[in-house]
Amino acid sequence: MQLNSKIPSGPISEKWSKHKFDLKLVNPANKRKYSVIVVGTGLAGASAAASLSELGYQVKAFCFQDSPRRAHSIAAQGGINAAKNYKNDGDSVYRLFYDTVKGGDFRAREANVHRLAEVSVNIIDQCVAQGVPFAREYGGLLDNRSFGGAQVSRTFYARGQTGQQLLLGAYQALSKQIAAGEVKMFPRTEMLDLVVIDGRARGIVVRNLITGKIETHVADAVVLATGGYGNVFYLSTNAKGCNVTATFRAYKRGAGFGNPCYTQIHPTCIPVSGDYQSKLTLMSESLRNDGRIWVPKTPGDNRPASAIPEDERDYYLERKYPSFGNLVPRDVASRAAKERSDAGFGVGPGGLGVYLDFAASIKRLGRDVIAARYGNLFEMYERIAGENPYETPMRIYPAVHYTMGGLWVDYDLQSSIPGLFVIGEANFSDHGANRLGASALMQGLADGYFILPYTIGDYLARHSAGGVSPEHPACKAVEGEVRARLDKYLGIKGKRSAGSFHRELGKIMWDKCGMSRDRKGLEWALKRIPELREEFYSNLLVTGTGEELNQNLERAGRVADFLEFGELMCRDALVREESCGGHFREEYQTLEGEAQRDDENFCHTSVWEYKGENQAPALHKEPLEFEYVHLTQRSYK
Amino acid sequence: MKITLRVWRQKNANADGKLVEYVRHDVSEHMSFLEMLDVLNEELLAKGEEPVAFDHDCREGICGSCSMMINGRAHGPRDMTTACQLHMREFADGAVVTVEPWRAKAFPPVKDLVVDRSAFDRIIQAGGFVSVNTGSAPDANLTLIAKDKADTAFDSAACIGCGACVAACPNASAMLFTSAKITHLSLLPQGQPERLSRVKKMVEQMDKEGFGACTNHGECQDACPKGISLQSIARMNRDYMSSLVNGEVNGEKLDTQ
Repeated sequence: MQLNSKIPSGPISEKWSKHKFDLKLVNPANKRKYSVIVVGTGLAGASAAASLSELGYQVKAFCFQDSPRRAHSIAAQGGINAAKNYKNDGDSVYRLFYDTVKGGDFRAREANVHRLAEVSVNIIDQCVAQGVPFAREYGGLLDNRSFGGAQVSRTFYARGQTGQQLLLGAYQALSKQIAAGEVKMFPRTEMLDLVVIDGRARGIVVRNLITGKIETHVADAVVLATGGYGNVFYLSTNAKGCNVTATFRAYKRGAGFGNPCYTQIHPTCIPVSGDYQSKLTLMSESLRNDGRIWVPKTPGDNRPASAIPEDERDYYLERKYPSFGNLVPRDVASRAAKERSDAGFGVGPGGLGVYLDFAASIKRLGRDVIAARYGNLFEMYERIAGENPYETPMRIYPAVHYTMGGLWVDYDLQSSIPGLFVIGEANFSDHGANRLGASALMQGLADGYFILPYTIGDYLARHSAGGVSPEHPACKAVEGEVRARLDKYLGIKGKRSAGSFHRELGKIMWDKCGMSRDRKGLEWALKRIPELREEFYSNLLVTGTGEELNQNLERAGRVADFLEFGELMCRDALVREESCGGHFREEYQTLEGEAQRDDENFCHTSVWEYKGENQAPALHKEPLEFEYVHLTQRSYK
Repeated sequence: MKITLRVWRQKNANADGKLVEYVRHDVSEHMSFLEMLDVLNEELLAKGEEPVAFDHDCREGICGSCSMMINGRAHGPRDMTTACQLHMREFADGAVVTVEPWRAKAFPPVKDLVVDRSAFDRIIQAGGFVSVNTGSAPDANLTLIAKDKADTAFDSAACIGCGACVAACPNASAMLFTSAKITHLSLLPQGQPERLSRVKKMVEQMDKEGFGACTNHGECQDACPKGISLQSIARMNRDYMSSLVNGEVNGEKLDTQ
């Protein structure tokens, strides 16, 4: 596998402009001869499908949900960063670039991040023109707020529903193109494999989730915008349908997978309440501005919070990090909560939780002020946990939230398979080993609206349009493999549901490859996962047939891929013998227990190449060079 | 807790459906309604029976996938709450709970509790957007929008497209859904150029899909998990009348009010 990042030469602030000029163009009259497949309709996919079709390409868009409006981008709460400097507080493209590289713990590509910061300003313009109702000030101008990892206010927001409003903007742009006949939309259609012909991505094999029909769609290029793989942990803040299948199938067809071990754990989620738990709900990190985090000083103290006197409480973040206190970054806050809980100080059922207490703020500011700031979050908490946070402290615990790893792409967002482009959370992209808050929405829309539409043209201009039909033997062969896999799941007729395997895998991943990892645990997981996979293929039970809506069959396929992918993650986590961002290896920490990077040996992106059934994948390395942002150790003491 | 479920089972769009009873013991009050169905499905599967099909995804009340009538109420007994956010503590021990799909001519059945809501997508495609292509937008702060207008537009834009309004309406009308998008865009300056053509096209599409008319029952507003108000329907009707009176159908004539 050749990894050529294709980073343009020249000063960082001129690379993208220069590159845009160097990219080949497709003549407007010729654009309609080219077809592009876009899989996924979240922020990245919907914005890409709309923008590509506006340029004149024939676009086919696919999503497994019943409507493109339901992709999980819809659930993002906080906001979207942009270097507008509307607050006159010293923000700039360079500062956003700098904060993002540093926040990612120096494991992202400088050139990509700078481009992201450059186009961030265009995103806000585009979204406002579409009618996205961002929060405004009384003078009618856009409002901003501050977010973690930055000292300026650059976050645009729409109450606590920024993701929803941005996605509906992109969905409406997509709807406009569907109505114009420029995009053909395939909802309730799941991509199950990629077709590669003569070394180029030429199509996808999909299953119609209502009729079960398997068919191939061909095109001149394929774009994957299929999101992250957080559901490998079973419990995460992802939607139930989120899965790794599209990217993992592409990996098995030759696309390199970058940094699979980089996952983000969000510190403030509502804890698990029982074995039946199906997902975890995030409570915005803004709560840490006014909430104090504590556990009892005595392990196993199960008195109600109100019965524990002040001097028997341990405000451990304030104790350990006096200068940042409750506002340390996500990775640090998460690890500290786990450490206290593991040591027996946790609260709530199972001892997996810590208190987030607003009593002091309510006393200081009054209930009304707190209600105005967080009322909707308190209500959501009450709905789920059944307790009133105005009176009882919230119980919170970290949960898997986002995955920084993904398919490796070059500067053009093209994977190691020519013609296969990967955008949004699905690529390994711009966040390094840790993503800053309000940067996911920015990256999804940057890729879809402003980067891919340029770079894909260069690829298309170098190839003639068409030339492959769904009847091509390669398409038929992949269709056959897809059918055989589905028949296999249906034919095992064992005793366990796909869901039960998923739950068991999730527990292994969370325990051994979650918030902190060590060699022993990872080696154990690497032994245990193949055993679980073996049981899956001998004891799985899927009822019904493949020729109808069969939600358990869908699930079985996704779990099958997670069972292989989990192993790849553990492998990646094992060989990265350092701690960085969301990847914390117990063996590599400073004396104070903080993450210790090893820039000497690990200042690279790990890219995995699939080598075949039962073969170890090959590791390739793309070195990372830092010309502008100097490598430093983060400290929050 | 003990819960007796009566769940609508229907093999596919063409098959007859019926309510099937499942008695659940050991239901935890901390479970969400969908988690309670998950556990039921695991047990059905273990017995080799077909699990109950239902749409769901984010399970945090924002994607709009979940869609079920619970004891005759869209999304169940708790106001401003989708079925995925409803918890079993809302029910009494020993309760009998009937679970049915959305029922409307324009939402044809698919299987069990799953229906086809693509009519909503087609209503948006008819005009629920601002015609602005990528790349041609002016600086965001060139357009001033008064805070109260932006906030009111947001209230309508919060629609999650779940279809509860249709399911709750005795006429299976989609007026609340359609008017929410129309209100969102017609309150903002960006939505003005296409304001009258938009309302006309979207209302026509709504009728074409087979949704009923509004007779002011207000059930939609009560059922809406996002609290979208009947006022949006009044706004839509006003704009629709304007579009007829002005006689312009292609959006040529601008409404500048």
